[in-house]
Amino acid sequence: MRAGPEGERRGLSRRGLLGLAGAGVVGAGAGAGTDRAAMALASGATPASTVHPFYARHQSGIVTPAQDRLHFASFDVADITRAELVELLWDWSDAAARMTAGRSAGEYGPVDGPYDAPPEDTGEALDLPASSLTITIGFGPTLFTALDGRDRFGIAARRPDALVDLPAFPGDALVDTLVGGDLCIQACSDDPQVAVHAIRNLSRIAFGRAALRWSQLGFGRTSSTSRAQATPRNLFGFKDGTANVKAEDTGLVDDHVWVSPGDAASWMVGGSYLVARKIRMTIETWDRASLREQERVVGRTKGTGAPLSGGEESTAPDFSATGRGDAPLIDRDAHVRLAHPGANGGAMLLRRGYNFVDGNDDLGRLNAGMFFVCFQSDPRRQFIPIQQRLAENDAMNEYLRHVGSGIFAVPPGARKGSYVGATLFGD
Amino acid sequence: MSPRPSALTVAAVLCVLPLTACTANAPAGGDASAPLAVTSSADDCTVDAAEAPSGPLSFSVSNDTDQVTEFYLLAEDGLRIVGEVENIGPGITRTLTVQARPGEYFTVCKPGMVGDGVGRKAFTVTDSGAEIQLTGDLEAQGEKAAAEYVAYVKDQVGQLVTATRSFADAYRAGDDDTARSLYAPSRAHYERIEPIAESFGDLDPKLDFREADVPEGDEWTGWHRIEKDLWPPAAAENGGAEYTPLSAADRARFADLLVADTQGLYDAVHDEAFEVPIDSISNGAVGLLDEVASGKITGEEEIWSHTDLWDFQANLEGARVAFDGVRPIVEQKDGELATRLDARFAALERQLSAYGSLESGFASYTDLSTAQVKELADGVNALAEPLSTLTAVLVG
Repeated sequence: MRAGPEGERRGLSRRGLLGLAGAGVVGAGAGAGTDRAAMALASGATPASTVHPFYARHQSGIVTPAQDRLHFASFDVADITRAELVELLWDWSDAAARMTAGRSAGEYGPVDGPYDAPPEDTGEALDLPASSLTITIGFGPTLFTALDGRDRFGIAARRPDALVDLPAFPGDALVDTLVGGDLCIQACSDDPQVAVHAIRNLSRIAFGRAALRWSQLGFGRTSSTSRAQATPRNLFGFKDGTANVKAEDTGLVDDHVWVSPGDAASWMVGGSYLVARKIRMTIETWDRASLREQERVVGRTKGTGAPLSGGEESTAPDFSATGRGDAPLIDRDAHVRLAHPGANGGAMLLRRGYNFVDGNDDLGRLNAGMFFVCFQSDPRRQFIPIQQRLAENDAMNEYLRHVGSGIFAVPPGARKGSYVGATLFGD
Repeated sequence: MSPRPSALTVAAVLCVLPLTACTANAPAGGDASAPLAVTSSADDCTVDAAEAPSGPLSFSVSNDTDQVTEFYLLAEDGLRIVGEVENIGPGITRTLTVQARPGEYFTVCKPGMVGDGVGRKAFTVTDSGAEIQLTGDLEAQGEKAAAEYVAYVKDQVGQLVTATRSFADAYRAGDDDTARSLYAPSRAHYERIEPIAESFGDLDPKLDFREADVPEGDEWTGWHRIEKDLWPPAAAENGGAEYTPLSAADRARFADLLVADTQGLYDAVHDEAFEVPIDSISNGAVGLLDEVASGKITGEEEIWSHTDLWDFQANLEGARVAFDGVRPIVEQKDGELATRLDARFAALERQLSAYGSLESGFASYTDLSTAQVKELADGVNALAEPLSTLTAVLVG
């Protein structure tokens, strides 16, 4: 495959546009190079908008300081060949590299293509800066082995052992239409329109090769992934992610987030495993719980986020501390106790969840909660045992329903002139 | 039903009724009078004013020690506790709100939770003219309510034992029609006192877990295990798998377990040490409405028999009994709340009665339209929202 300018390969799928337009028509604006970055500058928007490079050793959107908005999408791959799947990953990577740099999804952009062709880019991000956009691509278990057992793309033997099917957890209330997927894309940005623009255009690029299975919008990151970020609050009104793995803890990140050299699935080295759970909160009953009950369930104060054993937000919880009648200050079933690495053989997760409100349900209740996203080097040692413990005992379960679920292998980042997945499928 | 501990288990009795107050949220915007700052240090207990006008009075207690501390507002005799806040971890700030009458008081902190405390200081509440109701014999009323509620629980569990035996006998004998007709009416006794049953952490999972609540590797037992066998699902509703009816031996085993675990509940509530503190009664009432809101109104509780409205009715009756028991106290402390709750209970009871009664039977959950379910859900919210303030009123 040839690399084009800026490391982007000329997308074969762009042939459709050129073919349609015909050689004589292309002149309308092709090559004018109008793109989002330029427009943003021209319209006086801040050039300071952060750009997270797409081509890097690790995919961005993992240890990247959590942006404020999310659009997550899971895809089913159509009945296509391995070569066509690779083609899709090339096209996605090219478009992702452009969009994360603040440019349009394709080279002609929203307004510079042939006048009689639909614009190559949908345009809603035309005047917006990069807005810290990251695009993170993952592979679900069914990409390797279809539900009917078929090895559609000749990669079944390379499915990593760590990419297990998630077990059923007690209390699961999963909805079929919110589960699984062959591919996923996590788009995060500080501007919701930029994140939506990314998923919209990547979905469009995929038509005929992959189709949206389920997707989720999120707002108000519920975790901080950098010490530079304040701890945000989830829809329970509590600070969330205080004890999260932070990007600055490079040792922890290497141990708990990235697949290390020497792993049996060598193509995953530098990658990570993403588990997503759509967790509905029963907001109405939570709001009727006393402050005493809410703090008991969480194990932290609602105001400052300090553990109930004392101190301030960053103070390590003292699970042995007792109060009146020798009762533990942090309840035996408190979320902070059960989720703590100490209760889980040291296992930690890099959490990257977002709040969601999808309107309301038929009963007039807010359809709201947390879209929980976490990254780890091995879900068999991290998410699964932690969630098992939480699902059985967490006092918070009374106010939660897990309705959606997915697990994906997130390969390492692409180098310039290549694509995400090259370590699996080859260049 | 819910695999989770109810609000009841939280309660660990906090306040001696009715002279004490529990922590309340600090006024956020500063529209209410700002709380007085209290600092509990190793050898002192400073309050940033020695005097305050009568009416609602808040203390924001910060723990500057390295031990767990408590703060007390004591009456003029230096003994009687007017308000307290306990279990304040080092560095934590918690708020105490009381309805203070004019008079002389003492404030004191108790780092380490032992001894007479440190930093005892005189505190004066001046007469602001605010009217504060007399407590009268509220304490006696609280004890009476608690005793009556315990008697109610024992009576319901007693009836549950009898009803469960009949149900189990019919099921064990293969008389499925009889078993199906006894299922929902028998469970009503359980549903009326569900938060109490849930407070015994090991019993509710054995008796009332739904299939999805059971951890992998654990055996699923109890009411809903048998429910599924009596109303066997089609393969499509059973995750695609054909449902295999239980063998006669398994039937006998699950029936025996149900009877034995129900007896376990009977023994637990007849234990001499069994008591229900006043705040557990009110929290239990809220818990019952939460059960309705999260399980019955969604049809998730009785997923095979669709007898959710029976459970709904029983939960509602249990909540009503709990409220009626403490109502005399509520009436004195917050007459408006008592009146509002009367009206909301009546409205929801009326709404539900359109679908049947425990005596004549209820409509199947699946016969209700979405609009009808939403109406009921709105009624539950209308009652549960004011009901959720009951505990704070009782102990405040």
